[in-house]
Amino acid sequence: MKATIITMLLTAIICMVYSCQSEDQIEYMRYYTAGQDLYKTKCQNCHGAQGEGLAALIPPLTDSIYLKANSNKLACYVQNGLQLPILVKGKAFNGQMPPAGLSPIEIAQVLTYVKNSFGNNMGLYNVEKANQDLINCN
Amino acid sequence: MKFTLLSACALLLWSSCSFNDKINAVLPIYGSREPVTKTVNGKQVTDTVYQTIPDFEFVNQYGKTINRKSLDGSIYVADFFFTSCPSICPIMHRNMLKVYETFKNAANVKILSHSIDPNHDSVPVLKNYADKLGVTGDTWWFLQGKKESTYKLAESYLVAVQEDSKAAGGFVHSGYFILIDKQKRIRGTYDGTKPEDADKLIADIKTLQNEPQSMIAQ
Ligand code: HEC
Repeated sequence: MKATIITMLLTAIICMVYSCQSEDQIEYMRYYTAGQDLYKTKCQNCHGAQGEGLAALIPPLTDSIYLKANSNKLACYVQNGLQLPILVKGKAFNGQMPPAGLSPIEIAQVLTYVKNSFGNNMGLYNVEKANQDLINCN
Repeated sequence: MKFTLLSACALLLWSSCSFNDKINAVLPIYGSREPVTKTVNGKQVTDTVYQTIPDFEFVNQYGKTINRKSLDGSIYVADFFFTSCPSICPIMHRNMLKVYETFKNAANVKILSHSIDPNHDSVPVLKNYADKLGVTGDTWWFLQGKKESTYKLAESYLVAVQEDSKAAGGFVHSGYFILIDKQKRIRGTYDGTKPEDADKLIADIKTLQNEPQSMIAQ
């Protein structure tokens, strides 16, 4: 009897945890697929279908270390553009990225896509986090 | 019976293959043509004179003057762009880099990218752009000149092609690559924003390289 109750409880807990996880998973997939479409229309011309960039003109989006180190600045880069000397994949870039003209939710979506494609694996970047980062743009 | 059918099929397949080869082997010649009758050795001969591209004069990324004569003996590809172009130019030049990589050691192939923003795209700006693309030597020239001359040249390409094909819309703004042969006749146009068109362009340049001399000396 006791064993049955414990088993039932355990099963319930596992179910709860599992359904929670899949809800996260669904949210992540929503961001990722919307971000994929945005990437194609707003970023791919410059950064390439594989995030490969273009020679020394446009940096690749494959440098996970750079993306992690600058994780909370990326939303500002997308919103306001970027025109700073930067070092990506060990190469110097000093180009000009124009503002993307995206809303905070769209910025979160496209960055979720970038941060989990091209060999990157940084998980969900939701709109709450984007809004938080966007306050600190200079 | 079965055997006859089978061999008929095989024959059909085989002939359709060689038919395709033939189509690929000769590229069309765009633009107007005029029959010209002249007397050679006392006989009347009618020749076709094809439209060729007009003369031009631009400056390349090394500050050197480039004109029609600089291209004598070369097959070349032309496009129109500007270095600060945020939209389709990166796609075009990502694709053009493939063409460059394929032919950078071929003496008779050149690429001409005409800037349509000469005010901003000075010689040093073009040189810097070429450097950043990783382009060296004299295979790929980035050219600047008077805006009117560039547009006039673009128009002459466009007019010639529009007579023969549906490639509408200004070359200047639609990212077209134009293929020109050694006699300065237009032989093909390609959507510079499509990787598969760049592959076709590479194949067509190879076709032109192998074009028999008798066709070249018209
Ligand atoms: C017109 C071309 C262009 C477009 C469109 C563009 N970028 Fe960029 N991007 C650049 C250039 C150039 C830089 C480097 C700027 C510098 O050197 O300061 C850059 C830098 C970046 C960086 C930081 C460096 C790196 O490679 O990690 C990120 C992240 C980025 N872009 C993401 C995006 C996203 C997301 C989009 C679409 C919303 C986008 N970009 C659209 C040209 C572009």
